Amino acid sequence: MRLLLKYKWRVLGIVLILALSLVSLSIGVKSISLSDLFSQDDLSIKVMLVGRIPRLVAVLLSGIALSVGGLLMQQLARNKYVSPQTGATIDGAQLGVIIAMVFIPSISLKEKALMAFLFATISTLIFMYIVQKIKFKDIIFVPLVGMMFGGVISSTTQFIAYKYDLVQNASDWLQGDFSLILKGNYETLFLCLPCIIIAYIYAHHFNIVGMGESFAKNLGVNYNVVLYTGLIIVSLLTASVVVTVGTIPFVGLIVPNIISIYKGDQLRTNLIDTSIVGALFLLVCDLFGRLVIFPYEIPIGLTVGIIGSAMFIALILRGKKHA
Amino acid sequence: MLQVQELSKSFGQKLVVDGVSLEIHKNKITSFIGPNGAGKSTVFNLISRLIMRDEGHIGLDEVDISNWKSNELSKRIAILKQNNSLQLKLTVRELVAFGRFPHSQGRLNEEDETKIDEALSYMELEEFSDKFIDELSGGQRQRAYIAMVIAQDTDYILLDEPLNNLDIKHAMNFMKMIQKLCYELNKTVIIVMHDINFASCYSDYIVAFKEGQIIASGSTEDIMKEHILEEIYEIPFAIHELNGKKICVYY
Repeated sequence: MRLLLKYKWRVLGIVLILALSLVSLSIGVKSISLSDLFSQDDLSIKVMLVGRIPRLVAVLLSGIALSVGGLLMQQLARNKYVSPQTGATIDGAQLGVIIAMVFIPSISLKEKALMAFLFATISTLIFMYIVQKIKFKDIIFVPLVGMMFGGVISSTTQFIAYKYDLVQNASDWLQGDFSLILKGNYETLFLCLPCIIIAYIYAHHFNIVGMGESFAKNLGVNYNVVLYTGLIIVSLLTASVVVTVGTIPFVGLIVPNIISIYKGDQLRTNLIDTSIVGALFLLVCDLFGRLVIFPYEIPIGLTVGIIGSAMFIALILRGKKHA
Repeated sequence: MLQVQELSKSFGQKLVVDGVSLEIHKNKITSFIGPNGAGKSTVFNLISRLIMRDEGHIGLDEVDISNWKSNELSKRIAILKQNNSLQLKLTVRELVAFGRFPHSQGRLNEEDETKIDEALSYMELEEFSDKFIDELSGGQRQRAYIAMVIAQDTDYILLDEPLNNLDIKHAMNFMKMIQKLCYELNKTVIIVMHDINFASCYSDYIVAFKEGQIIASGSTEDIMKEHILEEIYEIPFAIHELNGKKICVYY
């Protein structure tokens, strides 16, 4: 009972996720009730296994991957406003996918993911290199530089898309969308699970790197090895989502910041809270997008963008009040 | 035993540390003094391996520090830099717990918890232990960092200008804590200091730096002399004895 009280928010979060998951499974053009499943109605079971369960799993995993990626990136860049979105990671992943599509026709999803991961890693490393070289005094400059650098990458992506007539194809993954998730095309997302486990095991290492190089050296932590390992994990998490679902903005920025406001920056405890809130946030957005104009749906990127930017503005205003 | 021999370091063309040799006395407080840019902090950074030296030898227990494993070294030498502005929102206890990292690698056992409690009570931080460090005053925060270093439980503690941002009262209390640390817990403390009178009142040995070299080193008594201080800072000094302490006046 005491344990239950100590972790009441986590328990509440998980209960909410479970409840909304059931709702998520029951929403769709074909209405499915529990009795359909028990009576072994073939079509209902197929819809569940091929469409709805994969979709639910994809939503939850993406929520976790994006928010944990954001949390790690914040720590490593030592800046609350840096996330895979403002740190050029997502743009890199997109460029990777389009290059893969242009130069390696008939590419498999796995190879696409590999290219996305490679380019995400490279662009994140370049971004971190720029940040370390220039040593900005104002923390707001860092994400601004990231967004400018990301803009350069993303215009390259657009250019290639126009040149090779891939604009339509490209828009598929430029804007995140769960409606295309089916059994067989989302499994790359499971990559995020080992990443998160590694992040959890080495949480204290990442935390110490977030305290800066001299702190890390003082505590006997190899700053560069941990920093780059962390950035690679962030790139993997991001790439796995970009390849399967597409780009979903804001999650990696907002969720870790909300947790940080209430819980501080102890990474190991935050990883769990961030995962729960991230999954819950995306699940709510997904449900919202599917219900507003039922039986049609709004792409997740749009829903998250609207809800997320409103929350982000609130976050900045709140930060001003406290500063 | 911490020994430095013929240590040199240059940044680009500029020789910042020029053939520095010194030996640190155990269980004593040693102050590094000297003008800005004299190389004091650089020597600190070299000893803690934050930067690589060009030449020379730094030995801990007769073994050069470059041959120490970084984890082992971090159980022996702790360094606190002058601007440790953390952007992280950690509670005091969480921060102090990170001092145990070299020993526990993040998995705290009972001994670690005891050491953390001891460090907190030593720095009189119990009542703040669940507060976030960014909610503390400058003096409290400085104490939290020192508590982390105490929890790290090293023989050697290097403090780079710890008195910055502290008012006179807190600076004095701070130095008294450092004395307790040194004489009660048998630590060896090296401090970079700008206030010569603080160095005179609270340290056993003084090492004076100028232009990358040591120009004087010895017991506090021997260094607190007008001609030596005048040579270091190139301004006139007058030294008075007050309650058995040497106090210098400069204007």
